[in-house]
Amino acid sequence: MANLVETRELTRRFGDVTAVDHVSFTVGPGEVFGLLGPNGAGKTTTVRMLTGYLPPTGGTVVVAGHDLSREPTEARQHAAVVPEEANVYVDLTIWQNLMLMAELHGVPRQVWAERGRKLLATFDLADRTGAKGRHLSKGLRQRLMLCMALVTEPSILFLDEPTSGLDVQSARLIRDLVAGLPKRGMAVFLTTHNMDEATQLCDRVAILNRGKLVAIDTPAALRARVASRAAVEITFAGPGLVADELSGLGVEAEIQPIPAGLRLTTSDPGRVAQEVCGRATAKGIRVASVNTLAPTLEDVFVQLTESAGGPPEGERP
Amino acid sequence: MSTCAEHGSRWRRQVRVALVVAKKDVLIYYLKPPVIVFGIVLPVFLFLAFAVGRSVPIGQMVPGMVAMALFFTASAVGPLVTPWERQFKTYERLVTSPASTEALLGGDVLAGMAFGVVLSAMPLLLGVGATAANIAAFGPVACGVVLGALTFASLGVLLASPATDAPSQILMLSNLTRLPLIFISGVFVPIPQMPVLTRCLAPLSPLSYCVDLIRVGFGEPHYFPLWVDAAALLGFAFAFLTAARYWHLRSRQRGR
Repeated sequence: MANLVETRELTRRFGDVTAVDHVSFTVGPGEVFGLLGPNGAGKTTTVRMLTGYLPPTGGTVVVAGHDLSREPTEARQHAAVVPEEANVYVDLTIWQNLMLMAELHGVPRQVWAERGRKLLATFDLADRTGAKGRHLSKGLRQRLMLCMALVTEPSILFLDEPTSGLDVQSARLIRDLVAGLPKRGMAVFLTTHNMDEATQLCDRVAILNRGKLVAIDTPAALRARVASRAAVEITFAGPGLVADELSGLGVEAEIQPIPAGLRLTTSDPGRVAQEVCGRATAKGIRVASVNTLAPTLEDVFVQLTESAGGPPEGERP
Repeated sequence: MSTCAEHGSRWRRQVRVALVVAKKDVLIYYLKPPVIVFGIVLPVFLFLAFAVGRSVPIGQMVPGMVAMALFFTASAVGPLVTPWERQFKTYERLVTSPASTEALLGGDVLAGMAFGVVLSAMPLLLGVGATAANIAAFGPVACGVVLGALTFASLGVLLASPATDAPSQILMLSNLTRLPLIFISGVFVPIPQMPVLTRCLAPLSPLSYCVDLIRVGFGEPHYFPLWVDAAALLGFAFAFLTAARYWHLRSRQRGR
């Protein structure tokens, strides 16, 4: 099946500042695609171009086979958006908010009413259908916004920081739901600062820095790129070894103190663990715990974005 | 290549979207007691402020009052809809729905028109029922009310176009634009009886053409030919909507 989103050389300039610089990628059906990047990297600008809010200054966006610049309404018919800074209509009830979005997408009443009831039940909103938006908490509003997006049964769902600032229950509910969407053939385009969320949910991840795409791959493949960022955490029962006592380990390691122990970042965690435990035993120090940690997506993110430099001063989001 | 059937289907879809937007506007912005009260009270007070102490029979003031009520009601809320949407962070999702810019603006115009027509019916019925004023020709009155509502609602949509999330700024702009027009449009005094300066300015105001049509409907002589009244109102509406569309697209081009 064809890609649901396809960007080619997507570029956006604001005056002299290039917020998004020749970005190309595809998102396939049933895929959860994550877009990561530091503040000011161009994530929101990219999403705004993909959803048709902001016209690009260069390149093309094709959504569900429709060129967004030539057939904008047809392209948007297949997409649903939950923007980062969005809200429900506070003067409409939950049910009226759902109805509005369904009718804008031309979903027949019987179809959306049935879907709406199921979605509201899934999101624990079924007993509040008459409540106005202004009486909902942030978490409940975010759930309603997802219901409004999903009631249209889009081919692709754009989520911009969907769990930012939410309580644990709401965030978990949303994550669980997003994880289940690909089974229904829906693609999800997710921008997030939450690395655990990206690792848990995304099939592929793109990292954007200073408007440029610096990496795009599966989370596992990206983590493999920074194998040298594996770590060993060793804690001691009582006074332990200090960094100065670990010279000449025979393998390169970056040592950081942690509560009751040390964290050693290295490409060979097994050997480092063995060496440190050996030295501790030789000095009569008891080792309380040893944990080896694989590199995380956060390590990948930090390495890729730091090596390319942080976001420029004053860059637009 | 798009066929006629595809174009037709696209148009029908966008007309339906415009109706959905209009329904949303009515539910959220128009059906509020303060808005309705303001729409009724302001024209009445302006009318009384001008009528009290004058020797003109009250029946002769009915056409001007109907036109003024239409003007203030049809253009009252439109200027605030988009700034409110921006302020409450609902604008972006509306724009990223399958609604075209034309459909979004069309929906706002339809809501303003409906509000204007319904509320201006009150002074019309009151004037006909309680004064000596009589409708001599229904056509020009209906034409004046419908085309006037279209034009004034379009003016409201144009005033809403600047990219701001501060409705108070737009309210000031709206009042600065609308209030002077009532004094150059033959609302209180028929255009031929106005001073020369205001008479020269009258053709620049869309309200002049609406008042003229309604006066003809009440059996008074016309100042402009009727076809000029209708064409001018349609022309103003087209110009306002074209400018509004331009400003909306320009704001989005700039990322605002």
